[in-house]
Amino acid sequence: MRIVLVGTSHHRAPVELRERAALAPDQAGELARRLAGASGEAVCLSTCNRTELYLADASGEEAEQRGEAALLALEAELAPALYRLRDEAAALHLFRVAAGLDSLVPGEGEILGQVRGAYEAGAAGPILDRLFRQALHAGRKARVETAIGESPASVSSAAAALAEQVFGDLRGRRILVVGAGKVGDLAARNLLSRGAEIAWIANRTADRATELAARLGGEALPLDRVDEQLAHADVVVSSTSAPGWVLERAQVERVLPARRGRPLFLIDLAVPRDLDPSIHELDGCYLYDIDDLQAVVAETLAGRRREAERAEAIVGAEAERFREWQASLDVVPAIASLRARAEEIRTNELERARLTDAERRAADSVTTAVLNKLLHLPTIRMKQAAAAADGVIYADAVRHLFGLEDER
Amino acid sequence: MAELLFWPALLAYGEAAVAYLGEARHPGLAGRLATWGVRIGWLVQTALLAVQATRADGFPWTTWAGSLNLFVWLVVGAYLIWGCQPRYRLLGLAVLPLAAVLLALAHAGGGTSARQGSNYSNLFLVLHVGLVLAAFAGFTLAAGLSAMYLWQERRLKRREATILRVRSPGLARLDELAARTVVVALPALTLGIVVGALRLRDRGGSFDALMAVTLVTWAVYGAYLGLRFTVGLRGRRAAFVVLAGFILVAVVRIALPVTHFS
Repeated sequence: MRIVLVGTSHHRAPVELRERAALAPDQAGELARRLAGASGEAVCLSTCNRTELYLADASGEEAEQRGEAALLALEAELAPALYRLRDEAAALHLFRVAAGLDSLVPGEGEILGQVRGAYEAGAAGPILDRLFRQALHAGRKARVETAIGESPASVSSAAAALAEQVFGDLRGRRILVVGAGKVGDLAARNLLSRGAEIAWIANRTADRATELAARLGGEALPLDRVDEQLAHADVVVSSTSAPGWVLERAQVERVLPARRGRPLFLIDLAVPRDLDPSIHELDGCYLYDIDDLQAVVAETLAGRRREAERAEAIVGAEAERFREWQASLDVVPAIASLRARAEEIRTNELERARLTDAERRAADSVTTAVLNKLLHLPTIRMKQAAAAADGVIYADAVRHLFGLEDER
Repeated sequence: MAELLFWPALLAYGEAAVAYLGEARHPGLAGRLATWGVRIGWLVQTALLAVQATRADGFPWTTWAGSLNLFVWLVVGAYLIWGCQPRYRLLGLAVLPLAAVLLALAHAGGGTSARQGSNYSNLFLVLHVGLVLAAFAGFTLAAGLSAMYLWQERRLKRREATILRVRSPGLARLDELAARTVVVALPALTLGIVVGALRLRDRGGSFDALMAVTLVTWAVYGAYLGLRFTVGLRGRRAAFVVLAGFILVAVVRIALPVTHFS
């Protein structure tokens, strides 16, 4: 059986092309089942960054043509953007994808779930089942043994990670969101996912604040009442389109005695900025604007790329293990035939022998043990030879020496 | 026997100190190795102290070197309460090198041998030395937490882009843990001072400069807790007060051999 990969990704195709070839999970599963047909195997991995078909078939050429035709049926202009990989190269590619090494943001966590979803929805047989299970294992291992997926990759997740540097655990920390736009919403959701509590949402228009409060929780406030809650908030996220300062140093300074030394973390995601930069100079106040956060993200992405080198080694080792397993498949039929032939001879000879029941039981036990011991070393040696790429030669030799040609 | 236990303990603390350096560069395996180094080192040192206690005639840690040995054990023991959690591993970078150096110093001064003993051991002395050293161990840990607070606070104030590369416990958490440690250590020091004063009255000794510094230390930590609970002293200022108190602790520890054990 050959493994074939045909696909396209963000490396080869712009978003206008990718979006036309993108499939929903159920559509991807349906396509995989259609391509697999009666005897083949197929899995379709379709995300916003890639659409890839993994096929396992006796004929690599034929499988590749089927895969290509299926993708071109989705979008004819994809032809120059398609890549085709076989066997070891296809396996290594999938392992890199699962580990997030082929992603736009190295180590991003979503892809592992997407690979799992594609595998579960597809038509995997013995080959693709092993390939995808090992790819998922490689992806998890790369994330556990390196820090590739630990650091934040977006401004909003960097803001949440910095808030943890101030407070430690964010559970129970109260967030004041100023501005009910998309940017503030995203940052608030990130904090929320880490256990923080959205306590107040202040906006110029009350409707938007109420709407966001209904979705995220908390109390809607008009902008001019922000001061009142400053004494109680732990984190302030601001992202309005106001032209001037929404919060000035004097306003924060006034509430500091009431805060009794509790730190205040302020995130200014607006351009032009909402928060007076001199607030950062106040004791216990930490203000980060969009540039500060982007600098942190750039650094963490560089860190992810450094970790990616370590993850590549892990993925490479896993791909090698898969190659060895796949190579061992070449010798498995020969081993099975050899064992079957030996067993056949053993049982025939036992039947011909004139023995009492007790003697037959003893002879059965002894001959089984002899057979197993005799075949143990050749079996191991053939598997080792298969891993070293000599498997087919050894398998042919065994078939020839023991007269197993007819059992191919 | 004591000699056989000293070297593995020192080796384990040394290994932990080096592994913590590795943890700061690449979090993960080095941190786990460091934690196990601390655990093993502390257990071996516990065995060493047990051997010393069983072989000595009286209280075995009345010499300056002996008390240093006990002090190291208390500091590492206090650190172990939080230090095994991944977020607090970096604190080991401050505690373990110090522990290794002090233990080596204690050994050089003969404080780790099994022939320790005191002609004037009694219950007062055991309580006095034990309580004061336990309190000092707590203050040392609180100083480590406060130093870490100031380092982390500086990184946040400077808006260092690399801040997430080496993650530290949150500022609020460090501040709270330092305060909790002082809350436990201060009553121990208070009792130690009371026991010492009773012994002084009993034996008819005189009040010396070291005792005065110890009382000032008590006052600094007392003021720290008082201000924390009344006016909400927290953050950078609180960390500086804890470190100021620790300077006094260090003065007492360094002066101890001169005034009490000479």
